[in-house]
Amino acid sequence: MSKKNLNIKIDELSSALGTFKGLEIQIGKLVDEEWEEPMGPTPFPSVGTLRDWDRKLLKRYKPYYMPICDLCCLCTFGKCDLTGDKKGACGLTQAAQQSRIVLISCCIGASTHCAHARHMLDHLLEEYGRDTELDVALNTNVEAPHIRLVCGYKPKTIGDLEEALDYVETQIVQLVATAHTGQEGDAIDFESKAFHAGMLDHVAMEVADISQISVLGMPKGSSEAGMTTMGFGSIDTSKAVVMCIGHNVLPSVDIIDYLMEHDLFEKVEIGGLCCTAHDNSRYNIRAKILGPISWQIRYVRSGIPDVIVIDEQCIRTDILDEAVKIGAPVIATSEKSMMGLPDRTHDDADEIVADLVSGRQKGVLIIEPRKVGEVVVKTVLAVSPKRTEYKNPSIESLMEGIDRCRGCSECVAACPNTLPIMEAVNAARKGDLSLFEGLQLLCVGCGRCESACPEDLPLLSYMYAASAESCKGECYNVRVGSGAITDVEIREVGKGIVFGEIPGVVALVGCANYPNGGSEVAVIAEEFLKRRFIVLATGCSAMDLATTLDEEGKNLYDRYPAVFDAGGLLNIGSCVSNAHITGATIKIANIFAKRPLRGNYEEIADYVYNRVGAVGISWGAMSQKASSIASGCWRLGIPVIVGPHGSKYRRNLLGAKDKEEDWVTIDARTGQDMYVGPVPEHLFYAAETVEEAIVLTAKLSMRPNDTTKGRAVKLSHYIDLHKKYYGGLPDDLDLFVRREADLPFTMKAELLEHLKAKGWVEDKIGMPDPTLLDRMVRRRE
Amino acid sequence: MSAKFKRGQTGMVGGPLQAKIFPNVGVAANLIKSAKRPLLIVGSEATEKKTNDGDIIDSAIRAMKNKKLTVVATGHLVGEFRKRGVEEANSMPLFVLGKYLSDSEWKGFDGEGQYDMAVFIGYPYYMEWLVESGLKNFTKLRTISLDRTYQPNAQWSLGWMPVPDWQESINTIISSLEEDA
Repeated sequence: MSKKNLNIKIDELSSALGTFKGLEIQIGKLVDEEWEEPMGPTPFPSVGTLRDWDRKLLKRYKPYYMPICDLCCLCTFGKCDLTGDKKGACGLTQAAQQSRIVLISCCIGASTHCAHARHMLDHLLEEYGRDTELDVALNTNVEAPHIRLVCGYKPKTIGDLEEALDYVETQIVQLVATAHTGQEGDAIDFESKAFHAGMLDHVAMEVADISQISVLGMPKGSSEAGMTTMGFGSIDTSKAVVMCIGHNVLPSVDIIDYLMEHDLFEKVEIGGLCCTAHDNSRYNIRAKILGPISWQIRYVRSGIPDVIVIDEQCIRTDILDEAVKIGAPVIATSEKSMMGLPDRTHDDADEIVADLVSGRQKGVLIIEPRKVGEVVVKTVLAVSPKRTEYKNPSIESLMEGIDRCRGCSECVAACPNTLPIMEAVNAARKGDLSLFEGLQLLCVGCGRCESACPEDLPLLSYMYAASAESCKGECYNVRVGSGAITDVEIREVGKGIVFGEIPGVVALVGCANYPNGGSEVAVIAEEFLKRRFIVLATGCSAMDLATTLDEEGKNLYDRYPAVFDAGGLLNIGSCVSNAHITGATIKIANIFAKRPLRGNYEEIADYVYNRVGAVGISWGAMSQKASSIASGCWRLGIPVIVGPHGSKYRRNLLGAKDKEEDWVTIDARTGQDMYVGPVPEHLFYAAETVEEAIVLTAKLSMRPNDTTKGRAVKLSHYIDLHKKYYGGLPDDLDLFVRREADLPFTMKAELLEHLKAKGWVEDKIGMPDPTLLDRMVRRRE
Repeated sequence: MSAKFKRGQTGMVGGPLQAKIFPNVGVAANLIKSAKRPLLIVGSEATEKKTNDGDIIDSAIRAMKNKKLTVVATGHLVGEFRKRGVEEANSMPLFVLGKYLSDSEWKGFDGEGQYDMAVFIGYPYYMEWLVESGLKNFTKLRTISLDRTYQPNAQWSLGWMPVPDWQESINTIISSLEEDA
């Protein structure tokens, strides 16, 4: 049912024209009468509709602000110094300014996914028609949990998705407006709006992914997701090589279609970086995943790509400069990232190819996806034979200029991870490249070291030179993105998750801004796979966890089953596939627990928060999109841990476990308040070390609804991991043990003694039918 | 105060209110000793950064002889103290600690009340930068950075110095605290 369309029902109307019975007038879209579920209280929520729910969460998880800038420079009153208790010229406090920036970040993130979805949807509508049916996942009725939950309607065709996207776009405009000077002034209201942006983001991501799954034939569940390969070694460099960078698969689809139609896969390799790579392989498994976003410069400087195609998001904005250095033309394909290139969309394909091959133009913009394939393939076939001088750069050429180093250490000061670049340069000058080879594993590929260097030394090239031979051999198996979790899978595991017998769902999400290299993602994943958590991954994290091999040369994708079940590891897909992770928690509430979904956000979020032990980890979180994805999790009550660099989002949402009054929940059976302990303890948390993140993940998987058996399983992991990484029992154990029966059997004696010393008493912590919503109380005592 | 001593991470410039650099290391030691309830906060790089005692953990253990000083390790670092037979070190996540240090009603690790000085050592640059920003903006707490690079959001910073000089400075400060035990 649309808010925007008019629907009037009149039982009986008498007028000068006569008497009409059962009159119904509809203007706009037809009312969805096939969905029997009654409309819930909050379809198409506006900016303030879910404010009360947000405030319940934010009362428990108060923002802890760490300004990364003490000033505000957003209007001409400024710069205003907001340090301490100072206020800006508009009256804004430091806390409100920080939350305002969080909101702006989430709006940018949500807008980016929404714009991606809009581009995707408009193209698919034009090419395939509005009535193309949604076909998202095998044996699945709940095809769009976010749209059903937030918008209150059930889309059947890709045309039906437009209404959700219209809504998201309208709401984002409202949110951005609140950040204008002289609008919102309260930090908590800014936070609530950031939650709203996050919720919208997940709707937008869902639109983008379910439309491309339905129309482009991407896998519809784990059983359809095969294995592909990733890394330098996955590319056959005897062929012409196309490198696609970004997140929007449409231009790549046309390239792949052209290769298929002209039987050219034997002559051309297509590989991708970042989420486009995931979606390319979901579209056609012959497309290769080159690697995460952090490998962008490294891969370009290897000289391997003959043509670089960029679509949108996370592209290096100096990609044209990099491409020119290796003689590779750039083809931009999105109005969002035109990079100053001439628009050749309406020109003859052969003319464009001629200009690129001759070098008359270093790059072009083609915004019609269906023209990209022909231009790219013809160009790459013509350019590749001419690029032999660039394809295998010598170590000497890559190490150019190193003797000019002044030893100023500006590179180290510029490095976000303070890597010992200076030491590596000094060693390399003596012929020892081993330090650079080691750095290559830790480098996030930002290139700030080069920018800072007064001699403009190509320090990232030195890293590549030191590791070129090993890089060329890199070839890892990666499971193709499986997309949505099917309804059948939800039915099979829902009980185990809700009662805590499956200890938790850990989602490894997002970017590659790691503090110590991507291998830490594999460390986290393996720790929880061994403990039979369900582990999901998307984006760069899904790639990075593939790069750690065991003694037999196998990675986690080789060793763990691709199932949504205990001990299973799934690559869900690209950034926009993150909607399926939160969507799975919504589906647990709906399919397993039969909670009504339609426009019923608060109740479903209340269910997820109190019952579903899901934890998101974005160990290398970098982007605004990562912040809005996280924000969508927060509103659903799903805690998110970020790595150290995630602290630069400038605020955490932290619970105070010692304040019992903060952890009082309503028992829906009786209406009575009940202390449930600090579960989950935090909603947004930047961890300092991977060990800390692992232990916290186990702790954050506890929920008030855990059965004794479930709590015992979760406690056993928390305790075991705490002993392993902290060297002893957790000092807050007494806050999580409700009854003696909660204690893991094998540790009972040891734990009881520990608890006794802490003054623990049984049943102080309640086991209610937990809810934060008074209206969910069934009977009052 | 030479500009070079303000060297930290290039992009992480401070705001209008920036840390003062100690004129000499003796001032740092005396300032810490002047606190009634100082808290030494040890970060995740403590095992990587070598001192005259071994590493920062070893130096912190020596500093713990000063009974006025409370030590807390963040991240998972308390395990390093325990491995070395020291059970008295406390443990708390960095930003959770920042939150508690902002709460005037917090009773501290010993139940005796809020601390009057926070001394940081052993951190990734930006994490210390951020937690000290929170404390600078939202508390009156005195903060000191003993790390080797300039930390603008502390009240006092050792400033940038070469490794040997920093090691000597830390040794001087710890020895001074030890003498005061």
